[in-house]
Amino acid sequence: MSFYFAQLLTGLANASSLFLISCGLSIIFGVTRIVNFAHGSFYMIGAYVAYSTITTLDFGILGFWGGVIFASIVVGLVGLLVEVTILRRIYHAPELFQLVATFGLVLIIQDLTLAIWGPQDYLGPRAPGLDRAVRIFGEPIPEYDLALIVIGPLVLAAIWVLFHRTRWGVLVRAATQDREMIGALGVNQAWLFSAAFMLGAFLAGLGGALQVPRESVNLQMDLSVIGQAFVVVVIGGMGSVTGAFVAAVLISVLNAFAVLLFPQISLVLPFLVMAVVLIVRPYGLFGKPGSGHGPAAEPEQPMRLMSKGEAGLLAVFVALLALSPLFAANYTMVLLIDLLVATLFAVSLHFLMGVGGMVSFGHAAYFGLGAYAAALGVKFLGLGMIPAMILGPIAGGLGALLFGWFCVRLSGVYLAMLTLAAAQILWGVTFQWQEFTGGDDGILGVWPASWAKSNQAYFYVAFVLCLGGIWLLQRVAHSPFGYTLRGGRDSAIRAEAIGINLKRHQWMGFTLAGAVAGLAGVVFAFSKGSVFPDTLAISKSVDGLVMVLLGGIHSLAGPILGAGVFVLIEDWVTKLEFWRFIFGVIILVVVLAAPDGVAGGVSRLRGLFSRRTKDGEAAQ
Amino acid sequence: MLEVSNLTASYGGASILNGISLEVRNDQVVALLGRNGAGKSTTMKSIMGLVRQKSGSVKYDGVEVMGRESYLICRTGLGYVPEDRRVFTDLTVEENLEVGRRDARDDAPVWTIERLYELFPNLKERRRNLGKQLSGGEQQMLTIARTLMGNPKTILLDEPSEGIAPVIVEQMARVIAQLKSEGLSILLSEQNLHFARLVCDRACIIEKGQVRYDGTFADLDANPDISSQYLAV
Ligand SMILES: Nc1ncnc2c1ncn2[C@@H]1O[C@H](COP(=O)(O)OP(=O)(O)OP(=O)(O)O)[C@@H](O)[C@H]1O
Ligand SMILES: [Mg+2]
Repeated sequence: MSFYFAQLLTGLANASSLFLISCGLSIIFGVTRIVNFAHGSFYMIGAYVAYSTITTLDFGILGFWGGVIFASIVVGLVGLLVEVTILRRIYHAPELFQLVATFGLVLIIQDLTLAIWGPQDYLGPRAPGLDRAVRIFGEPIPEYDLALIVIGPLVLAAIWVLFHRTRWGVLVRAATQDREMIGALGVNQAWLFSAAFMLGAFLAGLGGALQVPRESVNLQMDLSVIGQAFVVVVIGGMGSVTGAFVAAVLISVLNAFAVLLFPQISLVLPFLVMAVVLIVRPYGLFGKPGSGHGPAAEPEQPMRLMSKGEAGLLAVFVALLALSPLFAANYTMVLLIDLLVATLFAVSLHFLMGVGGMVSFGHAAYFGLGAYAAALGVKFLGLGMIPAMILGPIAGGLGALLFGWFCVRLSGVYLAMLTLAAAQILWGVTFQWQEFTGGDDGILGVWPASWAKSNQAYFYVAFVLCLGGIWLLQRVAHSPFGYTLRGGRDSAIRAEAIGINLKRHQWMGFTLAGAVAGLAGVVFAFSKGSVFPDTLAISKSVDGLVMVLLGGIHSLAGPILGAGVFVLIEDWVTKLEFWRFIFGVIILVVVLAAPDGVAGGVSRLRGLFSRRTKDGEAAQ
Repeated sequence: MLEVSNLTASYGGASILNGISLEVRNDQVVALLGRNGAGKSTTMKSIMGLVRQKSGSVKYDGVEVMGRESYLICRTGLGYVPEDRRVFTDLTVEENLEVGRRDARDDAPVWTIERLYELFPNLKERRRNLGKQLSGGEQQMLTIARTLMGNPKTILLDEPSEGIAPVIVEQMARVIAQLKSEGLSILLSEQNLHFARLVCDRACIIEKGQVRYDGTFADLDANPDISSQYLAV
């Protein structure tokens, strides 16, 4: 009995940490509607700054708590800087832009942290005065855990007072519901948003700083915590601080007991809980319908079809590609195969987003499923290349069929979050199921058949499969099925009103996109000869989003261009030392400067040019 | 004085206003009349800076406010009461009023919570209730009171009589009369000609985003074909 009580206390202590990390994210989303990927990065900075201050000051109790507060304030100021310089410019952009922009920040902060603190892990000191364990019912409980159990609810109470007893808090709550209206009542939203963002960042920093005595401080903290924080916010209801608290307790306590039964469950449990909660309550425990959506969005531009000229250009490019093994160097062939894989992946994601209107934060799940299915087929069934390749799209499709059933029940940010959860569940499985998937070591020896061993020969395999996949999706996009999907994207209500079962169409679209991503995964697996869990990681999903964004979402040629640009940049940048930083900056520049993507930028330039010439003609 | 000239606005590609010009002089109550979808609300939103695609000129007291952010437009002394009320449903009545509160200005009547409770006694009883617990009529009072908390000189009042009980419509008419007597000028959007006639000095009729009539009610009555052509009678 006493053992279970101790387990409960551990759960509650973890809940406090999780709540501190998540509540700021929820506040930021509630007010600004930004899904802040960089929240984990704020948490990480908080931990690093606190570690450095506490160990340099070394003032005992005062030094410790002073360091924690100092770190939180520093992070709050970093948040303010980020909000004022970057996010303020993209509040009106679609959520995809905001997500990608904050992911750019993740990359930048990772490299800055690396540059300042170096690659090593730091083990923080214990909290002075709270460094022992007390016995409760005979079980040793760390004093620091007890302190955390108190701090969590205290912070919750402080936020409550701030939100209900100050004018600023009332304005924030009003803005969470209708930010346009508070503007019409004379409130300067920009200022309110900055302050809310700063508060959210402060809380993330506090969460990170308080973690120092419990965990090592390292460069992986950011992405390992962000997934969990998203889950807490979604379960609690986006924008609800109380919800975040309840969700954090729910997950942590469940987890504390579930690990007794299955030690490996920690990585997937939060996402399982989230999936269950979202199915029962699509807006989370304390969320409200509509609170997941911003003000009425600008109507989507219609999807542009490829013009004759563009199609011709594409044909020339494809022909050039087909002949490339005749003259290109070996290294170029590898790059071209990467390009084909990336393009197919981007096209499948674009199909989901641009045609289906479903933004996925976890499309890598199906890419990875395809790759793993083929690799497992080779490893356990001894399949040859072709049969193993057939497994890929089947696995991707089946995975998407399963997760898609849940996802299409939601929309907007909630749908995106559920796709992320799905991807994280699969990632957790590949990572932890050592015997089957090889865990972190991955699966090696996934080589092409002997006739396709050379880069040139394998290039043609990739060429046929990837172009085939792209062709298939383009055909579907222009079929009646595709038109229905697009109709649903533009007006779900209208589509339902004329008797279309939109959910079923979306489900099928989701499955198809998953199957094609699986195909891309297969081609990828055999080109590399190995598969690792990072094929399904968050960053892989974001890669896809960046490609779609680079190309611009409103054109069918977009993802092709986007993937091309992405692969070239990646190939160039990853050779540099601080490539994450550079890549992050590139992402930010694209988001801020060319919100309709490279393709959009090109056509805007062309529009400008043709208007000039027309003006010129008119003047003559 | 509010002077709108040649205002155009569109949503997406669809142009909704095609050059609206009108003015509201100080101490005047002007009715903005027109059928469903004529563009009354869009006119008000455009004046308030809540429509993104727009052109033309909106001058308030001689200062061009077109293109400014809506919080700055509000701070010049223009208050806006939206047609769908947009009460903050999770905030109490008192908190809703707090959101609207702004410093007093010397060129406009000064409102305090107490004065507003005198004007709308129902709100006082309900002051601890959440916005979502109010009836439609109470929400309508709250949204007007919330705007008055900003001590505006002119208010844009979008269909205050829509969807509320006849007794409350009468109360609204009295409130508008009192606001006018306090020195506020009002642009009042209405479909209900009788209600408008009760409280307004002038009528401005729009249809398909253009002004079709601008003048007194007496002249309007002298030309019944105008109202039958542009208003749902
Ligand atoms: N957010 C929007 N997006 C697209 N079209 C809109 C939007 N808001 C209004 N419209 C269209 O603009 C036109 C004018 O609308 P508006 O609300 O200004 O009319 P109104 O005169 O206020 O009508 P009502 O008496 O029904 O309130 C209508 O055809 C309406 O469908
Ligand atoms: Mg209207």
